Amino acid sequence: MFADTVCVGNVRDLILFTAVQLIYLDLSSCLMKLDLVMQKYSLFSLAKNALSGHRNWQQAWRSPPLRDQYDVIVIGAGGHGLATAYYLAKEFGTANVAVLERGWLGGGNIARNTITIRSNYMRDESIPFYVKSVAMYEGLTKELNFNMMHSKRTMVDVVQTYPKMRELRRRQLTMDIYGSTYEQISTDEVRRRIPALTGGGPDARLPIIGGMVHTDAGVNRHDAVAWGYARGADELGVEIHQQTAVQSLIRGSDGAITGVETNRGTVRAKKVVVAVSGHTTTITETAGLKLPLRTMNLTAFVSEPVKPLVDVIVNCPDSGFYFSQSDKGEMVIGGAPDMGQSFRRDIKQNVFEDTVTSMLSLFPAFKKLKLMRQWGGHLDIAHDASPIMSKTEVGGLFVTAGWWGGYKAIPAGGLALAHLVAKGTPHPLMSSFTLDRFKHLDFIMEAGTTTAR
Amino acid sequence: MLRITCPYCGSRNESEFLFGGPVGTERPDPNTTSDADWIEYLTVKPNPLGPVQERWWHARGCGEWLTIWRDTRTHDIVEAPNDTE
Ligand SMILES: Cc1cc2nc3c(=O)[nH]c(=O)nc-3n(C[C@H](O)[C@H](O)[C@H](O)COP(=O)(O)OP(=O)(O)OC[C@H]3O[C@@H](n4cnc5c(N)ncnc54)[C@H](O)[C@@H]3O)c2cc1C
Ligand SMILES: [Zn+2]
Repeated sequence: MFADTVCVGNVRDLILFTAVQLIYLDLSSCLMKLDLVMQKYSLFSLAKNALSGHRNWQQAWRSPPLRDQYDVIVIGAGGHGLATAYYLAKEFGTANVAVLERGWLGGGNIARNTITIRSNYMRDESIPFYVKSVAMYEGLTKELNFNMMHSKRTMVDVVQTYPKMRELRRRQLTMDIYGSTYEQISTDEVRRRIPALTGGGPDARLPIIGGMVHTDAGVNRHDAVAWGYARGADELGVEIHQQTAVQSLIRGSDGAITGVETNRGTVRAKKVVVAVSGHTTTITETAGLKLPLRTMNLTAFVSEPVKPLVDVIVNCPDSGFYFSQSDKGEMVIGGAPDMGQSFRRDIKQNVFEDTVTSMLSLFPAFKKLKLMRQWGGHLDIAHDASPIMSKTEVGGLFVTAGWWGGYKAIPAGGLALAHLVAKGTPHPLMSSFTLDRFKHLDFIMEAGTTTAR
Repeated sequence: MLRITCPYCGSRNESEFLFGGPVGTERPDPNTTSDADWIEYLTVKPNPLGPVQERWWHARGCGEWLTIWRDTRTHDIVEAPNDTE
């Protein structure tokens, strides 16, 4: 294990090292066994595993048998469920945790999102929370020993109406207080930063009037976030059970939660966390709990890969679309949500066409792009468009929900919720986001929740 | 794209309509209802995996407001469920 910290600095070292490995294959397999304690990902482990044709990598997480009792059950192995489990074990010493996932880990909305990480929000309650989450993301590769491929590439808002410009300028003033970066730039500067932006000229229906730059914004790799937290949590003793669907919540005679009913039988715990994004009300209603959430469909699509063309995240709130270019070269494009409630996971043709039409008005050259894949996810959104991380009126039942644009919130959301579950009191970062706000009609109306529009 | 039937104009494209939100529960009398019930009325809307009742406005047509039932799993416009009026 000590050798993991050795950096293979040059080719000669590598060759020497390879020779040594070939001679002592026994030693190598011995090292493999040692690795089972904790497999670190490093240049060393990569080189070592290359020697055995990458056949000896240890599984990133276990699949242990399902027990019938835990201290905490987390429903949903998406970003929020996995991060909550990880921080419960890491920060609060609660490792007797089971994460129950209906499908496969990381296969929900986290797999469907457009990975925009930013903190340009409107409200005093929101901004510090997202500033913290963005900062945590920047350190996540180290924290989890998993390459997040984090790319802090800034977001540029292309503004086409004065009301939108005023709203974003107002956001900037609040963001200044909390150390998030937002700055107005001229139309010329917008075009300099985004050469492909050739539409929106003086003759357009909505000419570009300027822009805003958010240098904290970035993108990373969604699979790495799910897998990194899963591996980190597993290492600390958390059990992840895939193909385990929760069918209903079980309440005891005093009304408090006692466990869950699953397709694999009853599992008991005094604390249950609902982290099912989109399906929150479906689950909580089995315990008679109603929540101010509606489930809606949000969609995205990608183009064929092309050469590097756009190196920032482009957001066009007045036209209603945003995109960034992936490392593979695909344009990853998102539009406005479908209006009514929906549990579908595809895109409606008219939503798709509207988004493409808006995009072509500003990026006419994109009409040559072939679009490869399209999809949707269903997300719940709260009455005031802010998240809910809260205890509920059912004792022992916690929810993390209302995650419209909640990918960026995974690290801070997980940490804050773990705090609430372990200690029973809200983390200072999220004390405004509990269900209590609805009792007092103390809504946090958040204009920053949706990127586009 | 939904095809929504307007009582005046017949079956029309969804793009002619604006979404008016889900139909909630009936407005309680604010003078006699409890705070909790009033807040539930204001903030909690039905969110079923299945038929939901909602309003649409034929804004780019005749201007009529109408109410439909739509299945949230399929987007099909459906008959009102049996247990409702
Ligand atoms: C098209 C699109 C684009 C988006 N773009 C962005 C973006 O750019 N930036 C951003 O910040 N956010 C974005 N989001 C939002 C983001 O994806 C979600 O807010 C976030 O992923 C939700 O949290 P999660 O990862 O925990 O959810 P999920 O990954 O959905 O996890 C929930 C899990 O619960 C499981 N589950 C459900 N029911 C049960 C059950 N009964 N029993 C057991 N398990 C169950 C599901 O299978 C799922 O794996 C986007 C979303 C979509 C759909
Ligand atoms: Zn009409």
